Amino acid sequence: MRKKSPWIYVPFWIVISFLTLFPIYWLFVISVKPAVDLFTTPDILLTSFYWDNYTEVLNDRLLRSYMVNSLIISSGNAVLCTTLGFFACYALSRFNMSGKESIFFWTITNRMAPPAVFLLPLFLLMTQVYRFGDFTLLDTRIGMILVYCTFNLPFAIWTLRPTVDGIPRELDEAAYVDGASPWKVITEVVFPLCRPGLAVTLILTWVFAWNEYLLAATLTNFNARTLTTGLSEYVTTTGTEWGIMAAISIFTLIPALIVFGMVQKHIVAGLTFGAVKG
Amino acid sequence: MQSNKLGWLFLAPTILVLFLFGVLPFIYVLWVSFHQWNPFAANPNMIFNWADNYRAVVFDAQFLASLGATVAFVFFAVVTEVIIGYFLAQAFMGDFPGKAFFRTIHTLPLIVAPIIVGSVWKLMTTPSIGIIPHLLDNWFGLNLNIGTSALAAFTVTVVMDVWHWTPLVTLTLIAALVSLPADPFEQAQIDGAGPRQIFWHITLPMIAPALVATVFIRLMDALRTVDEVLMLTGGGPGSATRYVGVHIFKEVFPRTNYGYGSAISVIVLYLTIVVCWMLYTGLLAPRKGKEG
Repeated sequence: MRKKSPWIYVPFWIVISFLTLFPIYWLFVISVKPAVDLFTTPDILLTSFYWDNYTEVLNDRLLRSYMVNSLIISSGNAVLCTTLGFFACYALSRFNMSGKESIFFWTITNRMAPPAVFLLPLFLLMTQVYRFGDFTLLDTRIGMILVYCTFNLPFAIWTLRPTVDGIPRELDEAAYVDGASPWKVITEVVFPLCRPGLAVTLILTWVFAWNEYLLAATLTNFNARTLTTGLSEYVTTTGTEWGIMAAISIFTLIPALIVFGMVQKHIVAGLTFGAVKG
Repeated sequence: MQSNKLGWLFLAPTILVLFLFGVLPFIYVLWVSFHQWNPFAANPNMIFNWADNYRAVVFDAQFLASLGATVAFVFFAVVTEVIIGYFLAQAFMGDFPGKAFFRTIHTLPLIVAPIIVGSVWKLMTTPSIGIIPHLLDNWFGLNLNIGTSALAAFTVTVVMDVWHWTPLVTLTLIAALVSLPADPFEQAQIDGAGPRQIFWHITLPMIAPALVATVFIRLMDALRTVDEVLMLTGGGPGSATRYVGVHIFKEVFPRTNYGYGSAISVIVLYLTIVVCWMLYTGLLAPRKGKEG
């Protein structure tokens, strides 16, 4: 490879970063403008800040409970999917069960389903079939945690498989020879080595669950409503409360940003989608 | 090696959850797809009508147009994402000041919810109030109107998807490039191969599995895009951006055409599975087999 001064890349990256950040910047611009200013000729630079959208959002108790719901649902779902996905990948990687590759492919087909039409059967199942006395899964956090598994669990399995495959079997076998139980092998040998992959899976499933909208909008009405549905209340019911919508959007970005920032360095190591050898 | 019973035990919770929330709803959709059912029609009951829905779907000009638009959307979006993603990944392989910082910035679009992405792009591109048409008009005298021009609306949906999902492609390809062994490249340079030869004969074949897997995930997600496009254009103007996800949504929600919407879903799901299965078996599985 030719050697160039490393600084020549910097202007290029500044341009790319500008393009990447612009829509997010624009979201912020909208959030600090009064509604009337949105319909004037747009100006690329901010000249004044109008914080009322934020005060309104912060004083909205409903939105605060939506935020709590979103945090519980996406964290619960991410932990559940990563845990189940990890055990599933261990089984797929270490055992010679017949048809396991078909099962591996079958899991991902659950992510391909066009979501709109599956809302109705999920609604019916959650109200009429999966009920325990008076308790139904509809509009509960646990219900949403389970529903989100349909798209996140396959993703977790497909992201984790190469990580688990990449851990040499000899390590397991040596531990078995020493008399360790399967549980001990998984928790004390395989699990620690999979940490980067698990971190990435956890984070991406968390972000997918945090950002989901269509299912949450149909399968919750009050108790388990999430932040993205709260967002749409401002978009659809009153026409265009763009400023408040943008302020809520900024709030939905912050937790995602924090969570994402925590695992930046793991992300490249863990994100290989079943393709690259470990 | 442990008995396979233990393996099934580890898989059981996954299979159970996906069966309860994935397979059972699918069976229901399949069942509905053989019925004429619109709860708000003159006859709100479910009427078994064999394959009439499927026959109607196959000859439905709107569905076929939507399928065509979807193929174009997925093709342009995914191809652009892969090309840009590859060049950015390759650029990230070098060392330069602030690399980690720029990489963090580049991954930011990934964490924005699709519904927010749709909203902000709508606000940026709506004629007369959006910043992009304004700047294009001021700087180049171009007129971008996503409300009237089908081409403009189509282009904006593609650009939006590229903005949102290129980082995923970049990250996957960085992971692939990082794990490549150095020997073949050194050998090729000693043998006097040019950059173009190295790319076609060494880099590309070696990153092909990662590339295919990325295309696979992106293809799948682009095919079922709903929130972003619905928010941005609502499927318009006319039906220029009424991609299958949006088309199904509109059949099911405003029109409550459940039987028909289910039949479309089954067909779309079937097509997606077939395409992904061909990609998977044709390009990924043989390599896996070789590595044991």
